[in-house]
Amino acid sequence: MITQAPRIVTSRVELADCFTLERHLATGGYEGLRKALSMPPPDVAAEVNKASLLGRGGAGFPAGRKWSMLRQAQTRYLVVNGDESEPATFKDHMLIERDPHQIIEGTAIAAYATGVEQAFIYCRGEFALGLERLQQACNEAYAYGALGADVLGTGYALDVVIHPGAGAYICGEETALLESLEGKRGFPRIKPPFFPAAVGLYGEPTVVNNVETISNLPWIITHGGDAFAALGEGSSAGTRLFALSGRVEHPGWFEIEMSKTTFRDLIYDPSLGGGIRGGNPLRAFIPGGVSAPWFGPDQLDLKLNQDAVGQAGSMLGSGSVVVMDSDTCPVRAAWRIARFFHRESCGQCTPCREGSGWIEKIMHRLEQGLGREQDIDLVLDACDNISPGLSWPPKQTTICVFGPSIPSAIVSVARMFRDEMLVHVKDGGCPFPPDAVRRG
Amino acid sequence: MPHLSCDNRAKAEAIVACYPQRRSALIPLCHLAQAQDGWLTPAAMEEIAELVGCTPAEVRGTASFYDMLHTEPVGRHVVTVCTNIACMLAGAYEVLDHAAAALGISVGETTADGEFTLEEAECLAGCDNAPCVQVNHRFFGPLDPDGFDALAEDLRSGRLADKVPAHGILSRVDRSVGLPGKAARSGTGARAAGSAAGQGSGSAAGPETGAGPE
Repeated sequence: MITQAPRIVTSRVELADCFTLERHLATGGYEGLRKALSMPPPDVAAEVNKASLLGRGGAGFPAGRKWSMLRQAQTRYLVVNGDESEPATFKDHMLIERDPHQIIEGTAIAAYATGVEQAFIYCRGEFALGLERLQQACNEAYAYGALGADVLGTGYALDVVIHPGAGAYICGEETALLESLEGKRGFPRIKPPFFPAAVGLYGEPTVVNNVETISNLPWIITHGGDAFAALGEGSSAGTRLFALSGRVEHPGWFEIEMSKTTFRDLIYDPSLGGGIRGGNPLRAFIPGGVSAPWFGPDQLDLKLNQDAVGQAGSMLGSGSVVVMDSDTCPVRAAWRIARFFHRESCGQCTPCREGSGWIEKIMHRLEQGLGREQDIDLVLDACDNISPGLSWPPKQTTICVFGPSIPSAIVSVARMFRDEMLVHVKDGGCPFPPDAVRRG
Repeated sequence: MPHLSCDNRAKAEAIVACYPQRRSALIPLCHLAQAQDGWLTPAAMEEIAELVGCTPAEVRGTASFYDMLHTEPVGRHVVTVCTNIACMLAGAYEVLDHAAAALGISVGETTADGEFTLEEAECLAGCDNAPCVQVNHRFFGPLDPDGFDALAEDLRSGRLADKVPAHGILSRVDRSVGLPGKAARSGTGARAAGSAAGQGSGSAAGPETGAGPE
């Protein structure tokens, strides 16, 4: 069911000139910033608190609270996280390419609210077109006066630097991102301190916000935090971008009111996912990026609500939903996810660096039909070494949450599809059809 | 004898001036060097080290962490086929296998004529167009094997020269407009190691007085 909720972050993205300053200004652009600048900074932050805006990067931490934790200091930084790399997540990519001015405007609002004069937008390096559009928007914003020494004539000074990444999933982790921004390998920092709000970029207090989080700010300031909080339900307020992929008729991003819509709506509604390709039954789906435990058909009626999904044993994470149908080999899917983690482990912590390789190898031989029945317990034991107890939310033996994300898919497949794993062992091969390109 | 061209050297210095600490410019400068040479040469790494104030080994040590930075020569077109979950479910391995056969190389190799390097990528955030492929980080997809052949032919003939520039994601990014020179703001000169100390109070100087870019 699609609700009557307004489109907050995607109001411009389908227009041909969506990325230009002209279009931005013609559609209320920089009005949110203008209004914010007319308020004292704490009032801007209070408005965002009222909105109950949860961070859209994956952890779902309240954005307003993140700002309030910022340590007092003469120099503070704001870093916008546009390093979107969670497999099957492609919402920030779209926002960066299609509404870069909205990001610049949101960045300026967040910077003003937190007393920051230097902001960085860290854009994933693979987004070549996105980087061009962001930099162009940044240049236009300077010329327009929305950035620079005297923002919109108020005397507030703000500099924004667009910074390119260079291809490393782990740099989406906020402390790894700061290391990368300092010109180093993307190694997550040891905690505590737990939050860059205390010790961040160059050791100074730093706010790190996701691109989609930031993109909500112009609307929130223009329409008020209450209007945002009136959408959705409870702590899951507003609208949110969901990225739908896998075996669905219409893969794509959808801006949906939180809490009002179910996974079934998202996957099957003709105006959203349009159902499963070829009409096959659903086997399983991933509710929030490959770090999230899988759900089966019996969880289709869960609402797209952060708490509801958390209580059901998974997470809404980055808002990416991957659909697997009856032709999908769940063992192969889990192996591919394990392979991803193995390739992207930064290598600092032994459980993650070594464990991910073990898991990938065991899953590969199981999928190929070369495994043994004991391999199922062996791979779970390897997972247990990374995240003891294999519980949810997961326990952690590593510096960052990359490690405990590895077991999610493996534990899911072992619990939900043990029989299918055993068939691979007994048949000496995969009983499912190969993943083929759709033609015609 | 500088390795970077005059233009690129000026661009590099402008980029360094964007940051409170010049080491932050390391990755952007690696992209810039790749735009010039196609890959990150030892000579470029030496010059980057000098520009950002670290050793060439530190440049290599950092660059080797990142998938996009090539410390060995690559082909004119780097073709990266995503095979992660969403693309795999859409048949990405069929596309990758076909690409390897069509180009006559394995993943990680470059064709003898130097036209193509084939890579297997992790998720490129193009899952709504799965299976998706990047060529020098420009997106194509959804692709089937026939579509790949057509793409390779267009690349060979130069028909896609507009959409797919040579290496270097910064080749069409002009960072030099409107950015205030940090060094001027903190009053420590263009090459200062730039402790962030002068930042907060430097708001009086703006783009007009910036010494760096422009």
